[in-house]
Amino acid sequence: MIYINIFISEIYKIIFLLLPVLVSVALVVWLDRRVWAFVQKRKGPNVVGPFGLFQTFADALKYIFKEIIIPASANKSIFILAPVVTLTLALIAWSVIPFSNEMVLANINVGILYLFAISSLSVYGIIMGGWASNSKYPFLGAIRSAAQMVSYEVSIGIIIINVLLCVGSLNLNKIVLAQQNVWFIFPLFPMFVVFFISILAETNRPPFDLPEAESELVAGYQTEYSGMMYAMFWLAEYANILLLCALASVLFLGGWLSPFNFYPFNLLPGIFWMVLKILSLFILVSLVKAIVPRYRFDQLMRLGWKIFLPLSLFYVVLTASFLFFLDILPT
Amino acid sequence: MKIGRIMKTVFMIDFLAGLLIAIKQIFRSKKTINYPFEKGKISPRFRGEHALRRYPNGEERCIACKLCEAVCPAQAITIESEIRNDGSRKTSRYDIDMLKCIYCGLCEESCPVDAIVQGPNFEFATETREELYYDKQKLMENGDKWEIALAANLKADAPFK
Repeated sequence: MIYINIFISEIYKIIFLLLPVLVSVALVVWLDRRVWAFVQKRKGPNVVGPFGLFQTFADALKYIFKEIIIPASANKSIFILAPVVTLTLALIAWSVIPFSNEMVLANINVGILYLFAISSLSVYGIIMGGWASNSKYPFLGAIRSAAQMVSYEVSIGIIIINVLLCVGSLNLNKIVLAQQNVWFIFPLFPMFVVFFISILAETNRPPFDLPEAESELVAGYQTEYSGMMYAMFWLAEYANILLLCALASVLFLGGWLSPFNFYPFNLLPGIFWMVLKILSLFILVSLVKAIVPRYRFDQLMRLGWKIFLPLSLFYVVLTASFLFFLDILPT
Repeated sequence: MKIGRIMKTVFMIDFLAGLLIAIKQIFRSKKTINYPFEKGKISPRFRGEHALRRYPNGEERCIACKLCEAVCPAQAITIESEIRNDGSRKTSRYDIDMLKCIYCGLCEESCPVDAIVQGPNFEFATETREELYYDKQKLMENGDKWEIALAANLKADAPFK
């Protein structure tokens, strides 16, 4: 009986995490399109609902009622499994993100390793989708995507080591609490910039949207997908962007901490600051989408391996020696 | 020179300048119009849906000279004429195949009495193909419906003809 109670309370918690995440993903898609349109002096979606807020829900409804077409030569089971895997991996990573001191689904000690493992796994969904489609564009898109995500994962990992050196713990809540005096964006600013660019590459956003470069590869690994399966890839993509924005705000912007620890600011709950930070990072991501042209693939690889990797490694050495010689290594 | 370029890359000067321009553009006025509710401005010469006009006394203008039929490059116009009881020559049939029509405006140009004109209406999409085979009745109805706009457009464009 007690197991059932625990089970039900956990399910309850999970639903209360996932529903807001999914709804905010839908709203964020709207925000992305609006920001993009505004930069180009367009209005963007403004018809469905107030300010067009329900546009994404209308789109989702359309996708649900559309026919799912499975190509004759596709590997059927893997083809169906791929979007499921992608969306699941994009959503389960949210379980360790702290929204305030207590508001975290799984406050595990190795939260950052868990996040890193999950985001590495998400390459599989894309490779499965691209391979199982048995068609040239999805295949090329999947290859590019895998290569790109693997390369940038390396620099992201080393940037995370930078932060961990300053914290001394892998728990995300402890990382946030370690920034009470100064956010890590100030001492580690170059790393924040590199991390932000790596976010763009990791989530296949412009200028690194080679996997789904519509002028070359139709839609990359999503080409053969239709209906709800396409929508799942699409949800997963935006959930991933939000997740990495959340990770960036936890690592560098002090997570749910308020920017000033005095009267009018520290009254607001942590979740408010967390959402605010995620949203401002996201708006920056969508602004970047509006202003940059696409990178060439070799430029992308050069940036990842020849610039970001040595730079972040050098910064690890710098941070470590700084902490060591000033004798402020965290214990 | 080269160091300057490297510095530009390292500090992402161009990127930041672009970002600044993007943020400036956000607060500029939007160029989009909410199409079904507001429409863009149309020139008096706009070549839209065809119409057959009447004289102010209600007599139809067309004298069945068939110049439009002859000049039509897509051969979309079919005219048959007859002598009416009062001795005037009028069309008994005036069909335009709107699917063949290339909206070049030559029929309007060739018409000696300003009977066939292309009006400002461009929203005449139909659900079936048959509805776009316009006959004389439909064209006359169009003329009656759009007469005010058609007359205004002809007047506005008259100095340039």
